[in-house]
Amino acid sequence: MATRVTRRGFIGISAATFGAAAVGRGLTSDWWGHDPLEVPHPATDGDTIVPTFCELCFWKCGVLAHVKEGRVTKLTGNPMHPLSKGRLCPRGVGGTGLLYDPDRLRAPLVRVKSRGDEAFEVVSWDKALDVVAENLVKIRDTHGPEALALFTHGYGGSWFTHLVKAFGTANIGAPSYAQCRGPREVGFQLTYGAGLGSPEALDLENARVITLFGSHLGENMHNTQVQELAEAIGRGAELVVIDPRFSTAAGKARYWLPIKPGTDLALILAFMNVILAEKRYDADYLSRHAVGLDQLAAHVKDKTPEWAWPITGLRPELIREVARFVASARPASLIHPGRHVTWYGDDTQRSRALAMLGALLGAWGRRGGYLVPSAVTVPPFPYAPFARKPKGSPDRGRDNRYPLADETLASGLCDATLPGQAPYDVKGWIVYGTNLLQALPQPARTREAIQKLDFLVAVDVLPAEITGWADVVLPESTYLERCDDVWAPAYKQPFVALRQSAVAPLYDSKPGWWIAREIARRIGLADWFPWADSLEVVERRAQAAGLDLDALKRTGVALGKPVPACEEDGLDLAFDTPSGKIELYSRQLADLGFDPMPVYRPVDEPPPGAFRLLSGRAPVHTFGRTTNNRELSELYAENEVWINADAARALPGFEDRPLATGERVVLVNQDDVRSSPVRAKVTERIRGDCVYLVHGYGHTAKGLTFARGRGASDSELTTRVAVDPIMGGTGMNVNFVRVERAEA
Amino acid sequence: MSRRSERLNRHGRPILYGMAMDTRRCVACQACVLACKAENEVPLGGFRDWVVTEVRGRFPALSAENRSERCNHCGASPCVSACPTGASHVADGGAVVVSRNRCTGCKACVAACPYGARYVHPEGFVDKCTFCLHRVEAGRPPACAEVCPTRSLTFGDLNDPDSDVAKLVASRRWHVSKPEAGLTPHLFFLE
Repeated sequence: MATRVTRRGFIGISAATFGAAAVGRGLTSDWWGHDPLEVPHPATDGDTIVPTFCELCFWKCGVLAHVKEGRVTKLTGNPMHPLSKGRLCPRGVGGTGLLYDPDRLRAPLVRVKSRGDEAFEVVSWDKALDVVAENLVKIRDTHGPEALALFTHGYGGSWFTHLVKAFGTANIGAPSYAQCRGPREVGFQLTYGAGLGSPEALDLENARVITLFGSHLGENMHNTQVQELAEAIGRGAELVVIDPRFSTAAGKARYWLPIKPGTDLALILAFMNVILAEKRYDADYLSRHAVGLDQLAAHVKDKTPEWAWPITGLRPELIREVARFVASARPASLIHPGRHVTWYGDDTQRSRALAMLGALLGAWGRRGGYLVPSAVTVPPFPYAPFARKPKGSPDRGRDNRYPLADETLASGLCDATLPGQAPYDVKGWIVYGTNLLQALPQPARTREAIQKLDFLVAVDVLPAEITGWADVVLPESTYLERCDDVWAPAYKQPFVALRQSAVAPLYDSKPGWWIAREIARRIGLADWFPWADSLEVVERRAQAAGLDLDALKRTGVALGKPVPACEEDGLDLAFDTPSGKIELYSRQLADLGFDPMPVYRPVDEPPPGAFRLLSGRAPVHTFGRTTNNRELSELYAENEVWINADAARALPGFEDRPLATGERVVLVNQDDVRSSPVRAKVTERIRGDCVYLVHGYGHTAKGLTFARGRGASDSELTTRVAVDPIMGGTGMNVNFVRVERAEA
Repeated sequence: MSRRSERLNRHGRPILYGMAMDTRRCVACQACVLACKAENEVPLGGFRDWVVTEVRGRFPALSAENRSERCNHCGASPCVSACPTGASHVADGGAVVVSRNRCTGCKACVAACPYGARYVHPEGFVDKCTFCLHRVEAGRPPACAEVCPTRSLTFGDLNDPDSDVAKLVASRRWHVSKPEAGLTPHLFFLE
């Protein structure tokens, strides 16, 4: 021991910092018979391990929180949880970077200057909740309860959903619908009578060919899907990737088709043309389950690969070869439905075309295709009926557009906040867990709407842009510090998952259930919050579902009985469409004045010298919600604008010195909105007619001391949207940017 | 050079730890890096493993390879030869590790390693991948292999023909990093 102290003195390491190694834990090996060599043992395993589920993204994997001396030392995957299967994506591991983010909201805040000035006074919870209550009551008394809207993202939002329903409003919007997966849901519902939901019950694992239209799986880290993708690759499955960018998945593909952006629908029609013309479809499956095959055959008769060639930029012989290849593996040929599909405003029709292509392959309800999910039935908490049936939402505007939207449009609620745009005006917002200034397109419009509000309260963990515009900011505990309701999603393996706190809330943060209940108590809604805490809700629901609560607490997850999810398992397929069949031809659409079968229509081209702005994900981040996370950002701290190498050489304004990787540029869009400076990534990995940004950067919020000023925001450049007339999705790939050198 | 461990496997051969890294499965998500950092309390700025995406070709004729890289735990380890205090040594199973109690932070090993596998810990010693021997001893895989959502990382005894890693190395095409250095790396990149 004395030798060690001397040595430590010699190399100038303090005893305190070296203490852990000096106690002699760990393995040793002999070295010349002197003091033993130590292999350091970091001892990061928890003294207790708390199973819960993740909130770094919406996938909600099962995690095990290792807790030691009141700190979460690390997060690992829960082997029993069907979404994590013992493994995590980088964000799941980096959840500690959220819990211990030094920039966290620590105490309730009340605004002291103008909205957006980010100037607040720290107040007590009592004071903050009183202000919230007073304003909600004022809105209810003056405008009626439906003048209140809730924007929500994340599982803790369930408490606020319940709160506003009790309040008397149906205006509950999540940007995950009209800004993300909504068109896909509607496109699949129209075709199969069911959407895909979340998490999608795709059978990637057993697929022999997986076709990705613009989906960059592997960069979007939906854990289970990525696990299954790798499993499929390991078993010899082949990928077909259609993407203007050489994505990670494209790097693994047998066929990468660098399609011209905005023309995917033309390619899908050409695929269907080949499969129908060459009778490569699953005739037996279609005769049993589908209507409209003849109409579809007639519809795509002239949509030949030669027709698609000048549109998509893809050679006809390649289109034909890939169509045959995709069909060769049916029914285990999975046309991935994508997730963030709000691109061009024709997204429901494009998603429907994917669904129809899948139908030709006989993929719905078949192994290696789209499985039919089921859920464990967990009865709701037995609340008293709400006092009032709320008025319909104003999110579709005055003329009640978007007839097939089946969820509230977050963008529509924002529009309805601008006076006179909708049947009635929205006057108050509760914003839970979503940074609307990045999550909604056209942030200038969002700011304008906020200025028209009587009241805005934000419930969040970090001081993002939206909290800077709030009147009251309520700091929520992170998912590792709080309990939530049980979660029982429809999935191919039914399960129930429990979120339970690993450590006590830091600072003066409070769990969502507590915040919602305290607001309810102040506005006369205590009857709808009759429980002491979230655990009581969980207990009652678990009991009603016949679940062993102790086991659930111990393992974090309870598996339901496996239910047949495909025909091969003995499932009788049924389709909840008007015809009771897969609808290749949709009378529903025709009756509403839409194309009963998808029609390709060209989208606007970027003007000369400009590029189409595309955006996507980095595997270590979830939108802008993680870009302040030091642990995750150590691996990807700022986004870069991808620009094709040839296009970079030909850039106007760069004649004297060509653009090089790492140089800072500014993107200027068609409405002369300028991005913050962003580094260029000059690469072969993208077409020359578009540029690409990872979404979620360019933060301006003062409180995000790490993320602020890093990279550029694609949201700020999205001043234009193409709205899907069928369901109101906001297509965002319709913005064009010029590239200018950033001033030094 | 320090003595090679002589712990034997059930086939009577010395245990030789190695890793097969499947470049076809890997999506370069870097979960391995974060899990390693959390498991081993690797400080900000230091890395025991890292991920490389190597893209070749010109648009649109491109190919890519994703690799999760770390110390190769070389059979002929120049870092061990270069270490003046014997801190860098070959531990059980052939894993190359640094004993913090002997390391003076002189960085001779850092200079000797052609793979850049080592970094200087802010507390003054050199740190690197240990193959998570503390976990391996307890019968658990290294943290990077455990977390990997694509199951790209297979760790085990190369001298045990029944181990998963030995089977992969025997059955798949692979390459090692910088074969020209002739250091007998024990990290195999499956193609």
